[in-house]
Amino acid sequence: MSNQPLSGGLLLGDAAAPSSAPGSLRPGSLIRARRIKLQVFRGVVFLVLGLFFLVPIGAMFEFSTRGDSVSAPRTLDSWTAIVKVPELTDALTASLELAAITAIAMLVLLLPTMVWVRLRLPRLNRIVEFICLLPLTVPAIALVVGMVPLYRWIGPNLSDSILTLSFAYLILVLPYTYRTLDAGLAAIDLKTLTEAARGLGAGWGTVMLRVVVPNMSSAILNACLLAVALVLGEFTFANLLAFENLQVAILYIGLVSAGTSVAVAVASLLFAFVLLMILSFVGRPKSRVARAEDTIIPGPMMPSVSGPK
Amino acid sequence: MSEARDTRPGVEVRLEDLRRSYAGVTALDGLSLTMAPGELVALLGPSGCGKTTAMRLVAGLEEANSGRVMFGGKDVTGLPANKRDVGMVFQAYSLFPHMTAQQNVAFGLSLHKVGADERKRRAGEMLELVGLAPFANRYAHQLSGGQQQRVALARALAIRPTVLLLDEPLSALDAKVRTRLRDEIRRVQLEVGTTTLFVTHDQEEALAIADRVGVMNKGRLEQLDTPTTIYSRPATPFVAEFVGLTNRLAGTVRDGEVEVRGTRLPLVQPDAAGGPAIALVRPEAVALAADTDNVPGPLIGSVIAVSFLGATSRVTIDLGDTTVVAQLPTSEASAHPAGTRVRLVIRKDPVLIARDETVTADA
Repeated sequence: MSNQPLSGGLLLGDAAAPSSAPGSLRPGSLIRARRIKLQVFRGVVFLVLGLFFLVPIGAMFEFSTRGDSVSAPRTLDSWTAIVKVPELTDALTASLELAAITAIAMLVLLLPTMVWVRLRLPRLNRIVEFICLLPLTVPAIALVVGMVPLYRWIGPNLSDSILTLSFAYLILVLPYTYRTLDAGLAAIDLKTLTEAARGLGAGWGTVMLRVVVPNMSSAILNACLLAVALVLGEFTFANLLAFENLQVAILYIGLVSAGTSVAVAVASLLFAFVLLMILSFVGRPKSRVARAEDTIIPGPMMPSVSGPK
Repeated sequence: MSEARDTRPGVEVRLEDLRRSYAGVTALDGLSLTMAPGELVALLGPSGCGKTTAMRLVAGLEEANSGRVMFGGKDVTGLPANKRDVGMVFQAYSLFPHMTAQQNVAFGLSLHKVGADERKRRAGEMLELVGLAPFANRYAHQLSGGQQQRVALARALAIRPTVLLLDEPLSALDAKVRTRLRDEIRRVQLEVGTTTLFVTHDQEEALAIADRVGVMNKGRLEQLDTPTTIYSRPATPFVAEFVGLTNRLAGTVRDGEVEVRGTRLPLVQPDAAGGPAIALVRPEAVALAADTDNVPGPLIGSVIAVSFLGATSRVTIDLGDTTVVAQLPTSEASAHPAGTRVRLVIRKDPVLIARDETVTADA
């Protein structure tokens, strides 16, 4: 990406008299032309994909603000109904609680296991990976059918609260969160960092909380986001196990009031967007600083590298 | 200055008959070693010789199959790494990426329940000790490799460790930084007086920095002695060949001497049994004289290469059936450019003999 290749050692004098050779493009303008082309291409892709995502959401919003008929005046009744319909608020709270529980349980279970396997039992790595990715290969419906007897036991013996769904959701989010955390762990020199910390007097708890977690914060945040997004959008498990979570509630309300169900759908999408924005900005500043020196091409869509490496 | 730093005086470190094997492969085969308080011992050997295993056992990062590790008379064999009070510097850069240099150094102190003010003071002091006080607020990625290793050294020493363990701390650095940091590590180590184990595969490094050098081979300690003795009086053929350059010359052992190409040389071990053997002759023990009479002889050959090393030069001579390397002052070597015929004179220093052809060092 430098100007050198076209003016090698012998042609050094050319720098003073540019474009002396007729027919050859000046290297500077060539690069500028390519850069503009790239910018245009990026802009087009951004626009097309943006429309692809935004038009349906816009349409949903438009639909949710209609009254009872096409000719009726605009109204926000469907939106205000979100907080007024008790089934919906209950389902929303339950889904948010489930999302939080699942994300935390996933981290507590997965992160120490993965660290331990990497450090002490590297031969088990493949097996753990296989187990974690397994739920991806089993259709949700088959998983639920397998779980029905379990929940038939859990209901009377443990609790019949909707929060017991977090057991099932933990398995559901495993493949996605495993992949994310795995990438985060691969980006740090785990062995050296933990050994250095242990040599300084840190027990395993301190190693996890003060060395491992801070150095893969963006991977952890990403894993949490995935878990939260998956749980908030989950329908099959809840419906077939007869729990009313957000998506199930949206379906039922849709049967009564299409406007409200669409409004809730838009709201939950926006919620996920906001979450995504927050998370992608939280993990960013450090890597920006780290790469500031070797950044060559400024551009609006720099690949965002997560983690300090 | 060093009183103000109130460092802990060095303690004696003893390894007793340490053994460790991995899935049937012996990495450490009965290592015993006593380090005097404040001493710097370098473990030197080719890769796979067990030196890193030895260090990890001392650190408590791995458990020995048998044997004991004693710090100042206290048995620490069963203690995990975080209870042993060892300072470690690794080959790989090991600074915590999310902390500044200062926070890195203070990290160990906070685990040792040192108050915030004291922590800050001591971290600053340690950074000053390694000459990095102006870089206290930099993150690892804003420091060069050599600077990172210096911060790692400051971090290891901040907790006033019983033992300082350096696992090839210079191997990832380029040659010039390596020499400078090597001298710096030695200076700091002498200043704080911590007993130190330095693991390396680089003989020059080991000889330059250590009070004593332990040469390891196949999980065993071949020789443990001062750098001078290791070099000039190697105890085994392996040490002779691993440390420094060595000529292998076929000869015959008889009456406590070895006859090599018509020259009789005394033996390090005069009681060696007679018979054919390989004499190990240092390049410095070979002198050159111009050959004028053109009569063939066992020590007459022609110079095939001269490499200039600065004050000395290394001359390679072809003797017909073998080649010999001589190292001599550059002023003398310049009298024998490539192509000239020379007569070798082997100085009558005691030499070691090898009988096993397989003894070669993969330095």
